[in-house]
Amino acid sequence: MNTNIQEIKDLSIGFKSQKGEQISILRNITTNIRKGETVGIVGESGSGKSTLALAMMGYIKQGLFTTGGECFFKSLDLLKLNNKELVEIRGRKIAMIPQNAGQALTPNLKIGYQIEEALKLHTDFNKVEREQKSSELLNKVRLPSPKIMALRYPHELSGGQQQRVAVAMALAGNPELLLLDEPTTGLDVTTQAHVLELLKDIAKDTGKSMVYVSHDLGAIAQVCDRVIVMYAGEIVLEGPVRKILKEPIHPYTYGLLKSIPKLSLSGLPDSMPGSQPQPGNIRSGCSFYDRCNFSDDECKVKVPELKYLPEIDTSVRCFNHSELTSKTNEQKITSDSKKEITIDEILDLKDVSISYAKQGIIDQFLNKVTDTNPTVKDINININKGETIALVGESGSGKSTILKSIAGLLKTKDGYIKFDKEKLLSGDLKKRSSEDLRSIQLIFQNPDESLNPNHTVEQILSQPLKLYFGLTGSKLKSSIAELLEKVRLGAFYMSRYPRQLSGGEKQRIAVARAFAARPDIILCDEVTSALDVSVQAAVLDLLQKLKEELGTTYVFVSHDLAVVKAISDRVAVLYQGRLCEIGPSKDVYQFPSHPYTEVLIGAVLEPDPDVKPKLVAEDIVEEKPPEIGCSFQGRCPRILGEKCRQEVPPWQIGENGNAIRCHINIEELKIQQS
Amino acid sequence: MENSKNIFNENPKSSLAKVLDIISTMASKPSGFIGLAILIFHVTLAITSPWFAPYDYKAINPTLMLNAPSSEFWFGTDSLGRDVFTRTILGGRTALTITFFGSIIALLWGGLLGIFCGLVGGRIDDIVMRIVDAFLSIPWILAMLLIVSLLGTTTEVLIPALGFFYGKGIVRVARAATHDVIAKDFIVSAKARGHSNLSIIWNEILPNVRDAILVEGAMRWSWMLLGFSSLSFLGFGVSPPTPDWGLMISNARGLMSFAWWAVIAPIVGLSSLIIGINLTADAFAKALGIDRSTKAPV
Repeated sequence: MNTNIQEIKDLSIGFKSQKGEQISILRNITTNIRKGETVGIVGESGSGKSTLALAMMGYIKQGLFTTGGECFFKSLDLLKLNNKELVEIRGRKIAMIPQNAGQALTPNLKIGYQIEEALKLHTDFNKVEREQKSSELLNKVRLPSPKIMALRYPHELSGGQQQRVAVAMALAGNPELLLLDEPTTGLDVTTQAHVLELLKDIAKDTGKSMVYVSHDLGAIAQVCDRVIVMYAGEIVLEGPVRKILKEPIHPYTYGLLKSIPKLSLSGLPDSMPGSQPQPGNIRSGCSFYDRCNFSDDECKVKVPELKYLPEIDTSVRCFNHSELTSKTNEQKITSDSKKEITIDEILDLKDVSISYAKQGIIDQFLNKVTDTNPTVKDINININKGETIALVGESGSGKSTILKSIAGLLKTKDGYIKFDKEKLLSGDLKKRSSEDLRSIQLIFQNPDESLNPNHTVEQILSQPLKLYFGLTGSKLKSSIAELLEKVRLGAFYMSRYPRQLSGGEKQRIAVARAFAARPDIILCDEVTSALDVSVQAAVLDLLQKLKEELGTTYVFVSHDLAVVKAISDRVAVLYQGRLCEIGPSKDVYQFPSHPYTEVLIGAVLEPDPDVKPKLVAEDIVEEKPPEIGCSFQGRCPRILGEKCRQEVPPWQIGENGNAIRCHINIEELKIQQS
Repeated sequence: MENSKNIFNENPKSSLAKVLDIISTMASKPSGFIGLAILIFHVTLAITSPWFAPYDYKAINPTLMLNAPSSEFWFGTDSLGRDVFTRTILGGRTALTITFFGSIIALLWGGLLGIFCGLVGGRIDDIVMRIVDAFLSIPWILAMLLIVSLLGTTTEVLIPALGFFYGKGIVRVARAATHDVIAKDFIVSAKARGHSNLSIIWNEILPNVRDAILVEGAMRWSWMLLGFSSLSFLGFGVSPPTPDWGLMISNARGLMSFAWWAVIAPIVGLSSLIIGINLTADAFAKALGIDRSTKAPV
């Protein structure tokens, strides 16, 4: 019996450019999906992984066309079927789970109705059976009380719950193959870990085949049996998950794994030079030649074939893979280069609370305090000159809110922010002096949004230079060139528009713009979240080097604990706008720690199939912080009882110097957590 | 994806090259080509017609009343014996000039006020927008008649008055376009750096809303042309004997049943110009990447 559920043979997909040239996005893809296995497709953005996944259900995006090859589902060539025949297959045989479930669900239809609609389309059940089946499905994806859930609208669910509903809808037609396109990207760490757990169990229970597309090797490691690594539209490595992630024999995979920050390592990850070639710019020879450390002259002219190595059940597209096998296991030991921070306070947040609630005119007049439960409350953080302090937490933890109030974009409700020991920073941007504004600069998450699309790089960088230093003419030009040099870009970038740059280059421009003001403090708001891992490592490295060179202080906001560990000196963990734990980063990642920190660290996915996340708490999403008591009472796995619900926990200082805000005695915590 | 390759090879272009680029894109589609051709024809005609008009536009000749088109009088003569061809080719001059400058005024005040309201938001925005709404609810023709009868029908009155009444719509478009970019991080970034509102409007917002406002302005131009001709038709636009399409239609409409030529020529002139402007504006929008069919700006 044929065990392959899907066979892809020599598939190439491309488009015609305006000049009429044929440009390929996928080149000669040959692979199989076996019955009951979960295959991960990994690659950076633009590697063609989503195009491949869509082709697996016979869908080619508009403007693209197949230039050769076949895609068999059982014995049917999906690419030769007409629409009517495809409708029969999609949903019933092959189903897709989209990346952003919030956008995939119809906002004004109830969850139950949407699932029943999927059932109506893909099954022959009658109305009563459908109702029963839909609750069964909701139960299967572990949504609490399916009957009530079915009556809700998508916006009443959290991101994780929406994703579960999307999984339930995909399962409605009882398909044999499930395609998942980045199903957990954009979810919080704890939610992500739970959703992955669910997907894994579904695969095990039902014996369905799954194709899991992701850029996140951590997620791939958790759910997949086999991994396909894509680069510039080609498969470069394919094999069992353990082989690929533990002993990668392709230089790209090797570099990719090296560039992922891990909790088990300290210091910054290695970065990979260069970037993936754009479709149409692929020259002769190996497409990874430019960035490869193991390349020789042969790689430059000859394209390596995907070679199957039966002894390790792996296919690899590299001439020199044998060289890598021996080198892989050498783990570079990065010394902890972080220097000791002298206590020299630059920023002092004292009892800061911030509220989004707007006071009405009458309340304002009566001087009534309407919001007793502000979004951010009682934040006390001292930041020293030259250190990197990270604010960590899930979405809704108030980390960006705090950052905005430091930048002056949000008013604080209570407390104050002091800069350079004596200067009180006004909550009103307009009241801050130009000097104060210059001293604190922001870098945003998404460079696509933070750079004006109608400005050239020169115009972008000249804004702060003109504003703060009044530079003009040749002085301005030379300063811009200097800045570009500083962020490892050449002066020839000046005349380019943001759309002509890659993601990493754009973020470098954003970094350059922040440094143009010669600031004392730079506020980094999730600066690497929108970037590919290899680019992320390079940007982190750049930030670290600039800091060492210029002595800048960073306030670094991130949801990624591994990134935070790599770059920060000190970490503050936030939950629902309240501080849970603060301390030197090496200590915060060690026990004893606050139960919330414990939950967060437990949920981090390592790109290693043998390291499983520890799911200690429920992935409930709380809308509002509790009025009284500990902020984490709703989800705490170690809750003591009434005390936690009634009293705000006290600060306790651990032996390593990290402060924990918990009712549980610190010694007790240590015993419980070890 | 389609353009990725071209984009990476793209060199910085001078602004003149960009304008030529846009025009050639506009002319590459039949509708845009026709629109541009009509518009250019009308503008050239308006500029050059005084030099080749065959007759004096105000020469009244009772012996030549209501002559049908002939080789001598191509479009015939009107009820006062004036040559309709002469008056038709000259008839667009006043309308085009007044509405062109009117549109520029409308663009300037409407665009800037709209961007300002979008940027500052809050109470100022509320108040200004309610005032604009209130003006929108007044039938413009009545208000225009009132202004014109109080201040006279001189160009100095007509241009600002038309500019004011047609700028209200642009306020809303500019404000909506500003709201699209205002939440973007590059504006937040400029605010956090401490740029003044004026600098943010000029450097950050204007380059991103310029296209939408220009297209809207071009559409308003054609509407204003129709509005101005209506005023003339009612006798409040251009004063006789200056030739004007609206006025010509008004004078000759009673005689339509037996002297159709005196009406048909100005009608064709007016409607072809409006169609020309509309087609050009649509092609302009498409060349800039704004699709008016799927996204209504107001």
